[in-house]
Amino acid sequence: MQFGVFSVGDVTTDPTTGRTPTEAERVQSMVAIALKAEEVGLDVFATGEHHNPPFVPSSPTTMLGFIAARTERLILSTATTLITTNDPVKIAEDYAMLQHLAGGRVDLMLGRGNTGPVYPWFGQDIRNGIALAVENYALLHRLWREDVVDWQGRFRTPLTGFTSTPRPLEGIPPFVWHGSIRSPEIAEQAAYYGDGFFHNNIFWPAEHVRRMVGLYRRRFEHYGHGPADHAIVGLGGQVFMRPNSQDAIREFRPYFDHAPVYGGGPSLEDYMDQTPLTVGSPQQVIDRTLGFREVVGDYQRQLFLVDHAGLPQRTVLEQLDMLGELVVPVLRREFERMRAPDAPSDPPIHPRVVADEATARDGDRATTPAGVA
Amino acid sequence: MEGRRSLVVVAAGLRQPSSTRLLADRLAAATERHLLDAGLAADVETLELRDHAHDLVNHLLTGFPSPRLQAAIDAVAGADGLIAVTPVFSASYSGVFKVFVDVLERDGLAGKPVLLGATGGTARHSLVLEHAMRPLFAYFGAASVPTAVYAASEDWGPAGVASDSGLVARIDRAARELATAMAGRPAASDRAARNAFDDPVPFETLLAEVDPRTERD
Repeated sequence: MQFGVFSVGDVTTDPTTGRTPTEAERVQSMVAIALKAEEVGLDVFATGEHHNPPFVPSSPTTMLGFIAARTERLILSTATTLITTNDPVKIAEDYAMLQHLAGGRVDLMLGRGNTGPVYPWFGQDIRNGIALAVENYALLHRLWREDVVDWQGRFRTPLTGFTSTPRPLEGIPPFVWHGSIRSPEIAEQAAYYGDGFFHNNIFWPAEHVRRMVGLYRRRFEHYGHGPADHAIVGLGGQVFMRPNSQDAIREFRPYFDHAPVYGGGPSLEDYMDQTPLTVGSPQQVIDRTLGFREVVGDYQRQLFLVDHAGLPQRTVLEQLDMLGELVVPVLRREFERMRAPDAPSDPPIHPRVVADEATARDGDRATTPAGVA
Repeated sequence: MEGRRSLVVVAAGLRQPSSTRLLADRLAAATERHLLDAGLAADVETLELRDHAHDLVNHLLTGFPSPRLQAAIDAVAGADGLIAVTPVFSASYSGVFKVFVDVLERDGLAGKPVLLGATGGTARHSLVLEHAMRPLFAYFGAASVPTAVYAASEDWGPAGVASDSGLVARIDRAARELATAMAGRPAASDRAARNAFDDPVPFETLLAEVDPRTERD
């Protein structure tokens, strides 16, 4: 099972100090968080994509390419790549290029984006959101699998004899997740292609997560990709930890009370009760996260949101230390212990990554001095 | 008894006791009586929006309802008939009433028999029912019954007993119209509502919708 962090990349004033990071600081903090994720033994870093303030990550493959050059084993992903307003041709090119540069350590999560004004900036209309996601992905899927594509659709200029370059690394496209909170069409899309399905799992009730994942699993089987419990599921979640849970609540409350997503709304206690947000001790985070399995079944990827609402970088890096040392090792062990014998542990991983890891292991053995082993 | 119908009553009064709740209760009782005449038992559930006021604002801010508010939203969506009563604030329905309507599922009111009611200090505001309430429910495609009921302070006699202003007759007429409409369609539990999760649109259909070769109207 893979564990990691996903970042929205918001520039938010720290409500406890009144200080607002610069864009330069926020971009660098996202990189620092990704590097830390690898250092503490997490598997995935995923960046959001936004084209409006107060968010900085407008150019995901630039950032992920930079992180790829400075990491060895971290999987680079997105949360989410806008399949509605990006040109699918450019997505095909950018992520294939990133795949080559990162030695296959790349997958991506497609989403529609929910900010109405962004669509017209890219010549689109939010009311076509589902249709854009359907058409653009159908094209992207072909561009990565067919060397020469003739194509015509509703939203983009036609293609005649087009070849997207570079071709996917060793001919194997990046694995794709489709993310949606409540649109059954997107769960249906993920199932149709046999791709992964990701629920951000930040807003509940849990029943909504359960029925979206349930639909995806059922239809995954319907479309002939294998049994429902072999479908590839990822979940989000948000946590804030201190060794003592009361300290965690005291420290996080001002960030919660002023956060753009829930500030001025329900109390921290109500929100924790009604959503997967967990503010408390590492053990509480472990217990809550293991409970997600009861909602969606055995799943393959868990991403945590830890760097939002104006939390200072030092605090976020401490959260990553706790995830890596205290939380994820237990989650790995417990999720595998509970997993049904034939349910997959991991999402599909590019064979290049598997081969490179094998080489690295062999290399370690080869350099072991004679007589010691 | 031939069957049952669910009746949800939404009362947006803010005081307790409230004349809005009083009108809502009388409309509900009269509707229950007329359903009984038609051989139908009524399951009545009354929602006081005051109890959900904080949850309504939280829903607007966070984008999702608390479990208790979700139950109220589901109750309206699943009802065979709806009675909606608001006090008149600044020449229209109250803000809390509108926020509740704002968070209802878009298609949950389509075709649903609805009885509209309002209360106010003076009869001068009675057309709020026709220029604010009725268009709002028309937007949702609800089947509002022809008679809407307005109660001004002068319509209530002492100790909350209706006077001879004609209010009792209007309540009875409106309730009869609602009960007739509710009796005239199958119970929600028997209507085959298409559920997008149990019965999704096949992906081939979604693909065909973006195929330029597909003929569109």
